[in-house]
Amino acid sequence: MKNIENVSRRRFVQGALASGVFILSARFVATPLWAEEDEKTSPFDPSVWMAIGSDGTVIIVAHRSEMGCGSRTALPLVVADELDADWSKVKIDQAIGDPKYGEQDTDGSHSVRSCFELMRQVGATGRAMLIGAAAAQWGVAAKDCSTVPHFVVHKASGRKLGYGELAAAAAKLPVPKKDDVRFKTRVEWRYIGKESNALFDLPDIVTGKAVFGMDAAMPGMLYASIEHPPVLGQKIKSLDDKAALKVEGVRKTLTIDTVEPPHLFKPLGGVAVIADNTWAAFKGRKELKIEWGSSPNSVYNSAEFRKTLEATSRQPGKVVRNVGDVDAAFAKAGKIIEAEYYTPHLAHAAMEPNVAVAEYRDGKVLAWVPTQNPQAVQETVAAVLGIKKEDVTCHVTLLGGGFGRKSKPDQVAEAAILSKQVGKPVKVVWTREDDIKFDFFHSVAAMYMKAAVGDNGKPTAWLQRTTYPPIGSTFDASARYADDEMGLGWNNLPFDIPNHRAENGPADYHVRIGWLRSVANIYHAFAIHSFADELAKSANRDSVGYLLDLLGNARTVELNLKGDDAEDARNYPLETGRLRRVIEVVAERAQWGKRSLGKSHGMGIAAHRSFLTYVATVVEVEVDGKGRVHIPNVWTAVDAGTIVSPDNIRNQFEGAAVFGTSLALFSEITATHGVIDQGNFDSYQITRMNRAPRKIDVHIVESDAPPAGVGEPGVPPVAPALYNAVCAATGKRVRELPLAKTKLA
Amino acid sequence: MIRLKLNGKERTFDGDPEMPLLWYLRDVAGLTGTKFGCGMALCGACTVHQNGEAIRSCITPMKEVSGTEITTIEGVPAIHPVQKAWMEIRVPQCGYCQTGQIMQAIALLKDNKNPSDQDIDVAMSGNLCRCGTYSRIRTAIHEAAKELKERA
Repeated sequence: MKNIENVSRRRFVQGALASGVFILSARFVATPLWAEEDEKTSPFDPSVWMAIGSDGTVIIVAHRSEMGCGSRTALPLVVADELDADWSKVKIDQAIGDPKYGEQDTDGSHSVRSCFELMRQVGATGRAMLIGAAAAQWGVAAKDCSTVPHFVVHKASGRKLGYGELAAAAAKLPVPKKDDVRFKTRVEWRYIGKESNALFDLPDIVTGKAVFGMDAAMPGMLYASIEHPPVLGQKIKSLDDKAALKVEGVRKTLTIDTVEPPHLFKPLGGVAVIADNTWAAFKGRKELKIEWGSSPNSVYNSAEFRKTLEATSRQPGKVVRNVGDVDAAFAKAGKIIEAEYYTPHLAHAAMEPNVAVAEYRDGKVLAWVPTQNPQAVQETVAAVLGIKKEDVTCHVTLLGGGFGRKSKPDQVAEAAILSKQVGKPVKVVWTREDDIKFDFFHSVAAMYMKAAVGDNGKPTAWLQRTTYPPIGSTFDASARYADDEMGLGWNNLPFDIPNHRAENGPADYHVRIGWLRSVANIYHAFAIHSFADELAKSANRDSVGYLLDLLGNARTVELNLKGDDAEDARNYPLETGRLRRVIEVVAERAQWGKRSLGKSHGMGIAAHRSFLTYVATVVEVEVDGKGRVHIPNVWTAVDAGTIVSPDNIRNQFEGAAVFGTSLALFSEITATHGVIDQGNFDSYQITRMNRAPRKIDVHIVESDAPPAGVGEPGVPPVAPALYNAVCAATGKRVRELPLAKTKLA
Repeated sequence: MIRLKLNGKERTFDGDPEMPLLWYLRDVAGLTGTKFGCGMALCGACTVHQNGEAIRSCITPMKEVSGTEITTIEGVPAIHPVQKAWMEIRVPQCGYCQTGQIMQAIALLKDNKNPSDQDIDVAMSGNLCRCGTYSRIRTAIHEAAKELKERA
């Protein structure tokens, strides 16, 4: 039994192609990919990755979601390249949620990283079979044939056949083994790494034809807006919906049970107003009179919680990495430097608020969702309705941003529950206030740092301790340590310091905690790279030179890691040489130390590896007379290994500079008695054009290392580089996000 | 009964006169290119043209639309130089805010044939993009201005 096989019919092909269809399907196995396996032991259905119609149309399945990072374009481009297809003849079919595709969670900046070789093999196998079909027809050896886009050619005789003409014959051939398939060499790539690549959906986006989750519709659907418990865990004490029901267009109200921990991706609970259109649902909801019961989370006040976190971070915590003997080095050191850093909760605030359409019928659910994880939709909806996950069909629309929020399908479960009760499809639309107040929040964190500094200004010992409510608390209500998040910039400090200890302190949660673009790297990088700069300035050293000294010579950093982190470390060793290189490149592009800066200007640097990608960022700031920070320039150098679409990667890092500016300057989520204080873009501010970096220079360092992440790794260095620049400009060292809370003038 | 001209066609509406134009466009007229982002005129995702001027449809009740001419992204004759520039510069990432950005940019260029960076900041800072495509938006507006000048 082979892992690739021909399949005659599949859902997406029906109606999409006429006849003479060649469909290549792949059996997905986690490890080792593409190994021979016994059919009896394989529980998976073959999954379909591509098809070629007799008219030459190539359909390629995108099994990852598109939220703006380009996965839906990048993965099919890799298939098309190895297939040697003409990109203009390619159509992309968005996969439904189905384990046959393997993991589909579009997060962790790993779509290209995890699927690059798989997509290459799908394309290369298809190309080999098309060549085989042409060779048989001509009666020549396959090795004497080659391809030009969308044609097989036999050079010796000058003959040529189109992929469409060959599709039917190719479909009848046995699928070759991976070892028998010739992959292109790097120099033969037509699309991988090329400037010509643009997003597949670009024309639809600029004309308004692109279908996002907010635009999905089902015939006969009703609209719902839900008043959630203001404090996590509050139950309804009393409900008066008389006024709501009088609103024109409102059909009825329904209640959803309040969630019990662990919260997973279950609905929060509350009162839903069901109406004929979105506006009527919103208007009716304003007329609800609800009295809420008590919740243990009503004690949550951000200012007090900060003190608790900071106190914890001053106490010994769980050791997550230990090198040498930090305590002994501190005991004999001459100069000790300590600092504490604080970062608040953040909301994702994707431009498209949470939304879903779902229909429950005869024990099955059909949903259209802007989701990063359609299989999580299946699991969540199945769990809350008590049905099988195979009976939940999740179609994936385009996402109006995701940033991690849209991996968590609580709103889809809401739509399914309501649809079951009203007997019609239901579209649940969250308001912006719902979206901000009822997020799975980026965690609030306190970091304590301590270093012993030698005569040369370089640390002989470095202790770092981080404390924050972990993401794990969403899945296990008793989780107080962030064990699974230590790989996000905490247990892998790349500096060459003989004595180093990293610790993690315990913290309780009072809101749902989730992952947000680059996750714990945000606060970890903020603390580490602010502190590194503090040491540089304390030693009267240039920040770039000092950073390179901290990294030491080019070497592989020894990490004693477990699980996924260990797997990553094997395949993607942490190389200080690559980090040094991006620092040197960014310093050169920014003309570090050579530019004459105006008064009240300053430059700062930070370099951080996350999602296996090496990034260095320099920020130039100007602090005006009112203490407002302007950003004339950001320079970023990135080594993401092998890349697919360079211009899209530049766009990702330009966007990361703006995203990083938002959290550095403006954004903060706080709670009072368990209620989130912010609600819309007036109280939860993100960067607008007039405060965004004026110029963003992104330089991609060429590399033929395996592909690494691009969606997230641009974010972590921005805030520390910006704060280091503010310190250079004003002499003020600020140790908490966002900067808006500190008066600079 | 509210009468309006939508993308060149006469339309009538006899529902809730307080309903914002945004929800009429999306839920009643089925034109989903105009997006919901905030409901408070804070993000610009819902930007359309009323008699040629950019407005926020999320806070514009239907009663104020009566007797006026509304143009949405679907009513922009494709491919407009602004859309063309958006494609050439490859502005979008997720794309959700971009129809609002484009409608705002078209309105800006109607009044100001040669906008400076400062002019663009003033006109566009009401339109949020969480993906952070602002520098490309600025470049694309300059490109579109050039093209419009050449056409004139």
